[in-house]
Amino acid sequence: MLGYIDKIREISKRLLDEGRVDMIIGFRKGTIPMMNEPCFVKNSGELSTLVWDSNCGINLANYLTDRKEKIGIVAKGCDSRNIVTHIIENKIKREKLVIIGIPCKGMIDKRKVAGMFENGIDDITEEDNILRVKSRGVETSLKKSDLLQENCELCIHRNPVIYDELAGPLVEEQKDVDRYADVRRIEAMTAPEKWEYFKDLISPCIRCYACRNACPLCYCPTCFVDESRPQWCGKGQDEIDTRTFHFLRAYHCAGRCTDCGACERACPVGIKVRQFTSKLNKDCLDMFGWEAGLSPDQRPPLDTYKPADPGDFIK
Amino acid sequence: MEHMGVEPGRLSFSWISSAESTKFVEVVKDVTATVKALGPNNNFKKAAKVA
Ligand code: SF4
Ligand code: SF4
Repeated sequence: MLGYIDKIREISKRLLDEGRVDMIIGFRKGTIPMMNEPCFVKNSGELSTLVWDSNCGINLANYLTDRKEKIGIVAKGCDSRNIVTHIIENKIKREKLVIIGIPCKGMIDKRKVAGMFENGIDDITEEDNILRVKSRGVETSLKKSDLLQENCELCIHRNPVIYDELAGPLVEEQKDVDRYADVRRIEAMTAPEKWEYFKDLISPCIRCYACRNACPLCYCPTCFVDESRPQWCGKGQDEIDTRTFHFLRAYHCAGRCTDCGACERACPVGIKVRQFTSKLNKDCLDMFGWEAGLSPDQRPPLDTYKPADPGDFIK
Repeated sequence: MEHMGVEPGRLSFSWISSAESTKFVEVVKDVTATVKALGPNNNFKKAAKVA
């Protein structure tokens, strides 16, 4: 994956110099290890700030909403699916975009890695499947494939679904992945057990809304949780208010979530917020054969009617 | 909703035309009975704030 960066810079330079785009949205190194941050590059002199490694888990589609410029955007498999969703939902025009596709091999789970080094991490470098972590002068080698984010472990769309340029050859997609083991585990619980499970899951939530802000789907000008007239949902850390927020956030993602994991990555207290959306993703697949963002020519199940749609729950 | 722990039966959906008054009555009776059987919804009750 590391080799991509030369190609990304080369393509970006061409696009900027030829005036085909006004800016490139990509990643630059973050201020601390494993935290690459989004950046907007507007002239080709700044292209050396762009980086690519396994710490680019943020979903860049989030930065496209309602933009009017011509944009070159670096897109992993999941980003590309969120770009498709943005196109379907009229949040960006396809003509405005030049998509630089990244065949992805997964992003590393910064919490898993950080949890292994109690002295903190000074630096981390990678080479193919090897991560070299420096902590207080001691270097440790780890296998990247053991340390992927959960959604990347379960990903079956690593290659971008839509692109104009490619930063490298397409990668082999993972097969026979059991994507919904967690969902089935919860499905097997009784109602009170489920209630308790989610109560425990969200009990550390501080209502910072990082999960919402990181998600490309959450682009409403005023989110329901921020409304004060009427106030749909209390703003403190009351258990019921927090639950209301999580229920509604999840439902707003129904049929749209690409399981990119940006929400989970962003949460400062490490709540597995995908536990909510995974169920909706599984239901969409089971009931409507739908996975979000695979093609700009297909309408999502929530805005189409098909005679075969399941309706047993309606009396 | 049931996946997140809301009891089955607490939430119902139906499709009733304005001409289907009998169906409306039936559904309302049905839903009321189911919800009564489940008892009060203590799950979604906010604890009273002590000032
Ligand atoms: S809900 Fe989370 S996993 Fe789904 S699209 Fe939004 S950020 Fe990605
Ligand atoms: S990012 Fe985490 S703590 Fe913040 S609102 Fe979301 S779940 Fe709660």
